[in-house]
Amino acid sequence: MADAAEHVITVRGLTMAYGDNVIQHDLDFTVQRGDIFVIMGGSGCGKSTLLRHLIGLQEPKSGQVLYGKEDFWAASPGGQDALKRHFGVLFQAGALWSSLTLAENVSLPLEELTTLPREAIRDIVSTKLALVGLAGFENYYPAEISGGMKKRAGLARAMALDPDILFFDEPSAGLDPLSSRRLDELILELRNSLGTTIVLVTHELPSIFAVANNSVFLDAESKTMIATGDPHELARHGPPAVRNFLGRGSLQGESA
Amino acid sequence: MPPTPPPNRVEVSRQDDALRVCCAGAWNWDAAQPPLPDCTGIKHLQLAGEDTTDHEGSLLAWLIHLCRQATVLQIQIDDSALPASIRRLLALALAVPPRTDHPTDDTPGFFTSLGLIALHVWSDFPKIAEFTGELTQAIGRLLIGRARFRKRELFWLIEACGPRALPIASLISFLVGTILAYMGAVQLAQFGAQIYIADLVAIGMVREIGALMTGVILAGRTGAAYAAQIGTMQVNEEIDAFRTLGLSPIEYLVLPRMLALVLMVPLLTLYAGVVGIIAGMLIATTVFGVGFLEYWHETLQALTWTHILIGMFKGTIYGALVAFSGCLRGMECGRSAQAVGEATTSAVVTSILLITISASVLTIIFQRIGI
Repeated sequence: MADAAEHVITVRGLTMAYGDNVIQHDLDFTVQRGDIFVIMGGSGCGKSTLLRHLIGLQEPKSGQVLYGKEDFWAASPGGQDALKRHFGVLFQAGALWSSLTLAENVSLPLEELTTLPREAIRDIVSTKLALVGLAGFENYYPAEISGGMKKRAGLARAMALDPDILFFDEPSAGLDPLSSRRLDELILELRNSLGTTIVLVTHELPSIFAVANNSVFLDAESKTMIATGDPHELARHGPPAVRNFLGRGSLQGESA
Repeated sequence: MPPTPPPNRVEVSRQDDALRVCCAGAWNWDAAQPPLPDCTGIKHLQLAGEDTTDHEGSLLAWLIHLCRQATVLQIQIDDSALPASIRRLLALALAVPPRTDHPTDDTPGFFTSLGLIALHVWSDFPKIAEFTGELTQAIGRLLIGRARFRKRELFWLIEACGPRALPIASLISFLVGTILAYMGAVQLAQFGAQIYIADLVAIGMVREIGALMTGVILAGRTGAAYAAQIGTMQVNEEIDAFRTLGLSPIEYLVLPRMLALVLMVPLLTLYAGVVGIIAGMLIATTVFGVGFLEYWHETLQALTWTHILIGMFKGTIYGALVAFSGCLRGMECGRSAQAVGEATTSAVVTSILLITISASVLTIIFQRIGI
């Protein structure tokens, strides 16, 4: 259905390692425009490490990460910064800058990376905060709000520059079921209304089935990916380890 | 009073290659654990429990040891005669075989430790070089007016490292001035030359000790704070958030801190010198009978602009080193509470080390060029 131009992210032969300790090797997958793509796998398999490689925080041992047709790690520092402008990241605990208010957190990227006038920035900031349900919280400091609110404020900051791709690191970790579900709905809404491509690291099954239409499964044992595709499909026809994971251990007897 | 239950017992009976181990009595950690039965030449191990209680897990621990040993010797284990609760816990504990490649907790020997320390120090150099490079770039952008950081943050940092350090700086400078005056006076009084206390205190405080004390105070007060602040931001992924936006954390976090200290330290050094001189004056006039005006006059005679400028220059260098060490250790910080503690400690140690080294180097240089 999609031609090559629709490949937003292409990962080719990616091997990740800390020193000599290989975390995952030979990863190959593509993320299409408008996908909600899940990086899944058991604890400690390297999901968050993969995310760090995708968002330019950690250099791969070998292999490529392509945005469109451009190889991120082969690009010059200036080229990398230009690519970074196309994505926003929501870190696990929000990673709000603690010395700034929520409004300042959201406005800092706008002030530094755009030439918008002050009033426009103020309007964008309050719109983004309103979108994540934090209207009126402009002058709060991160230490004064709850964990779930920090996450939403982090999302508002990630959306500040209207990125083409949004990355989420374990968005529902530490959220109660209702907040987690509201976040899932927000993610779907962002994709549907803004056409944002979304990449999520998560192992929350309800979230995976509620939002994802594409995925990659990292296996901690073999240290590589063992499946990629729509998780709904993988739950029925995927390799046993993936079906077991997506069925919350329902294959325990068979696979053991 | 309930009757005391019988203590833990193990009955072992052997039939050909089958061993039956029957546990009985009350198991707890107060009683010694019975030795494990000898399993050599055994093919089947039957575990049983009769009238046995295990409130504290000591029976479970004993059974785990036994079963692990039996697994190694490839003995078949039959646990059907154990009480159901113990059987389930045992199955849970044995479900995952122990990892064999776990890191050993042996303390390395003297030479190994020495080697590890050397490797650690060696691996530190590239990181310091990278940090220094990034910092130099940021300073370059600051000089051409293109550095990006928040002015408000700078004012906040200036307030934290300057005015708020005044009480501790006053106290320490006063006491050091007192010590200098006393030490000098005891010697000088032998020649009736107490008046030269003024020279000693003025030159000593303004040229050397004021800067040194300010540097050490700031290392403990501000350098540690910088390492902890930036380290916590590292843990909290705030640094990563800068990097993914293509913004330089060095510019936003390190540069204003560096600037704040470099702006404040010369003033603090000067202040420390003044407080030290006042302390010396109090001691000289009250204890050693030097006249107030005499002392004042002698101080003005002794102090030259060279001394004052050298003191401020040294202070500025120390301040820059404190900011450098604090921010370096903060940026290098790992991702745990433990790591933040280590970064803070390391920041203070690095600061004081660098201050001491540069103090001696600067003193020698100034001596050689004769100012």
